[in-house]
Amino acid sequence: MKILAVCGMGLGSGLILRMQAEKALKELGIQADLEVADIGTARALAPTADLILTSEELAQQLVGVKPRIVTIKNFIDLREMVTKLGDAIDRS
Amino acid sequence: MNGHGSISSLLPDRAIWIGADATDWRDAIRRAGDALTASGAVTDAYTDEMIATVESLGPYIVIAPGIALAHSRPSPAVHRSGLSLVLLSHPIEFGHRTNDPVRLVIGLAAPDDAGHVDALASLAEFLTDDARRESLLGARDAATVRSLIGEFESAAAAAEAPA
Repeated sequence: MKILAVCGMGLGSGLILRMQAEKALKELGIQADLEVADIGTARALAPTADLILTSEELAQQLVGVKPRIVTIKNFIDLREMVTKLGDAIDRS
Repeated sequence: MNGHGSISSLLPDRAIWIGADATDWRDAIRRAGDALTASGAVTDAYTDEMIATVESLGPYIVIAPGIALAHSRPSPAVHRSGLSLVLLSHPIEFGHRTNDPVRLVIGLAAPDDAGHVDALASLAEFLTDDARRESLLGARDAATVRSLIGEFESAAAAAEAPA
């Protein structure tokens, strides 16, 4: 499975998303590839991913892409990440 | 971990500002940009680039309740990787649906997509702990911020060191 962490510039909040997702996947016992993308390239990369992780604001700019989008409100709350990522993977 | 890639290595004293006054979100980002400029990491132009990021993409930089990660992309205005840390005297609305108002603005400058990764990861790790985060948000001076980060990095280095 491949997860795309999307942020505005590809080097700030997306890195934090990736780091938190790595921890969450470890806790969930799930193997996945994690990649960071900026919002400009995310749409082009979306078809290669199974899941997209991003903020609510940026998710609005990705409407219509194929993978399920998981939106994170608090990027430093591991519980939110574990719950939402776990739910999305169960359903996909 | 006090060398390359640590929070401390990218956050000199001049980049820490406690009790900054800001009138709105642009002004709050400007304070974080001023602190990055004071530390020599960027020129003034980078501050405008950070503001333009929010103007074009929205307040997604408010990554957690009360915390904004102001940044833009690598540009000629960035001399080197740097962090700044600005505690606002009064909370400021950024227009974020769930994480407003902002009390802490972290400025981030990166000349490429690699040099700041370890420090940013370390800073995120620092902020995930409720007690550490509250201590930081309640800091009254830069020395307190410095010692909170120093304690965290010493503990992290001790945990990584071979027994």
